[in-house]
Amino acid sequence: MKIHEYQARELLASYGLPVDKAYICRNVEDAVRAYQELDVPLVVVKAQVHTGGRGKAGGVKLAKDEIELRQHVANILWMDIKGFIVDRVLIGKAVSIASEYYVSYVIDRKSKSTVLMLSREGGMDIEEVARNTPEKIHKIAIDPLVGVPDYLAREAAFKLFDDIKLVRETATIFQKLYKLFVDTDASLAEINPLVLTDEGRIKAIDAKITFDDNALYRHPKIAALFEPTEEEKKEQNAKSKGFSYVHLGGEIGCMVNGAGLAMATMDMIKLYGGEPANFLDIGGSSNPTKVIEAMKLLLSDKNVKVVLINIFGGITRCDDVARGLLEAFSQIKTNIPIVIRLTGTNEKEGRALLEGTKFHLAETMGEAGKKAVELAK
Amino acid sequence: MSILIDKNTRLIVQGITGRDGGFHTSKMKAYGTNVVGGTSPGKGGENVEGIPVFNTVREAVIETEANTSVIFVPAPFAKDAMMEAADAGVKLIVCITEGVPTLDVVEAYRYINLKGAKLIGPNCPGLISPDKSSVGIMPTVIFKQGSTGVISRSGTLTYEVVYNLTTKGLGQSTAVGVGGDPIVGLYYQELLEMFQNDPETDSIALIGEIGGDAEERAAKYISEHVTKPVAVFIAGQQAPPGKQMGHAGAIISSGLGTAAEKIAAFEAVGVPVAKEPSQIPELLKSRL
Repeated sequence: MKIHEYQARELLASYGLPVDKAYICRNVEDAVRAYQELDVPLVVVKAQVHTGGRGKAGGVKLAKDEIELRQHVANILWMDIKGFIVDRVLIGKAVSIASEYYVSYVIDRKSKSTVLMLSREGGMDIEEVARNTPEKIHKIAIDPLVGVPDYLAREAAFKLFDDIKLVRETATIFQKLYKLFVDTDASLAEINPLVLTDEGRIKAIDAKITFDDNALYRHPKIAALFEPTEEEKKEQNAKSKGFSYVHLGGEIGCMVNGAGLAMATMDMIKLYGGEPANFLDIGGSSNPTKVIEAMKLLLSDKNVKVVLINIFGGITRCDDVARGLLEAFSQIKTNIPIVIRLTGTNEKEGRALLEGTKFHLAETMGEAGKKAVELAK
Repeated sequence: MSILIDKNTRLIVQGITGRDGGFHTSKMKAYGTNVVGGTSPGKGGENVEGIPVFNTVREAVIETEANTSVIFVPAPFAKDAMMEAADAGVKLIVCITEGVPTLDVVEAYRYINLKGAKLIGPNCPGLISPDKSSVGIMPTVIFKQGSTGVISRSGTLTYEVVYNLTTKGLGQSTAVGVGGDPIVGLYYQELLEMFQNDPETDSIALIGEIGGDAEERAAKYISEHVTKPVAVFIAGQQAPPGKQMGHAGAIISSGLGTAAEKIAAFEAVGVPVAKEPSQIPELLKSRL
């Protein structure tokens, strides 16, 4: 789950990390009041949206007086950045930067641990740095049973600074940020850039924190910050019914049991020249209620011309699945052609039950894919 | 032979009195798996289908000499269950539970390593050595004893591939579902090594999906260390970036972890990649 920069800054501040005070504003007049409160010569106006690349999109501007501030705020509010509409801006003191650094904790699949990532190339797109100059990124795996002891924090800080005073200050920052990461079950806690100001102070200028969805149950305050997009609302609604759903935009609706098989089904539709409408994993079992709910979800997508149901009967036997499908479709009224591919335990009995019905039956995934693509044309 | 589990497996079920734990215990037992006990704190002394229930894993291990554990407890308790098994001396810990917080897995994994044990999962269907032992929730009827090793990040997609293998005459030595989370225990490299060293395995099917770069690393490992034929299928070519495709680990983030990159990595080292799961048996047969 993502949160906004200003929310991440508040979280950093609550862990004693060096963040300047900033205001969040939803209109020009609020922004002017914030500007007056700040009472500094130069302020920064930053769009608050759940996506990167705000600067390049024109969503981050400096203002040296009230006239400029009004202009920038008016321009940035309601701007569309990669499909996200800006409904609030952050107003903060502009900092004179001597040098910029990159700091993050992230879950690393390879070492199966949290990794502290550091670079002297701060303020840039870190993925670009990783691609072009990987030697400029330092990675330190953290032992979860130990955390970040002083020596390790110091060793890490020496990667960024040579001056021992700055090293000590930064080492503390690394330890506090790790505490935040673990306390909140983050999957990424990134400060980019961490800067050394002209006055010799260390500050976090921008922050990005994402959280592990599986752990939100134990962080109700963080979960409350969730601001789903329209698409995410649909996905969340599906999740509450025990489905995983992702909208894709094609014409062939898919209903599959299991995530891997659901992905493979989408791929196969594409392989045979069709366009999948969605990813939909209805989970292990496939009882009639679930099938009805899943069909409602698929049919709410007006682009769907054909529905492909691909069920592998494992623990649930194919004949039970077939009975469930028949029961479900006795309650669903639709003229959309349905292709069913049923394989696994008791598949012959299952298919026999579906013979002679309006369903288009297929034995293999390939056959089902071809049939669905044909019917969509 | 087979890898990880066989007739010497002595299994305990953590969460044996729960709905899923109970259901799959009877399935595993019916298949011939040596289920020697189960745990459920507060229910020690009871039994499930004649299998003794203990309050603690330590007690279960002392009483039954269990060497393997399968975990069915709810996600908030999974970390504790994994650590309890490791502390009690269980050598192979298989966690079926879905939705375990990532940092819980990171911590449990580290602890399990310290104790010299191995972890499979979480969020996995478990593993099976056909006709010897089944640990987890795989539908045993589709498996057949044979010589193909199977490694997969998925559940039903594994069954799809196994079903194709079985119907085309390729039985399995062991099939392992490693799990769909970003952080799980044993993965491609360790399992490829085990299958390479297993005299009864003559070929390997690897079923990957989008997210992370484990497939790329597996491709490199195969090119350097694996002499047995390997065939691969990668799910998620149509997955949009930034979206989680059911499994917590199946996500293309910052343009990394795409199916195209993974397929290219295998093809670059001469490992054939199936266009659909049903092609895997012929890809293996042509190389045997």
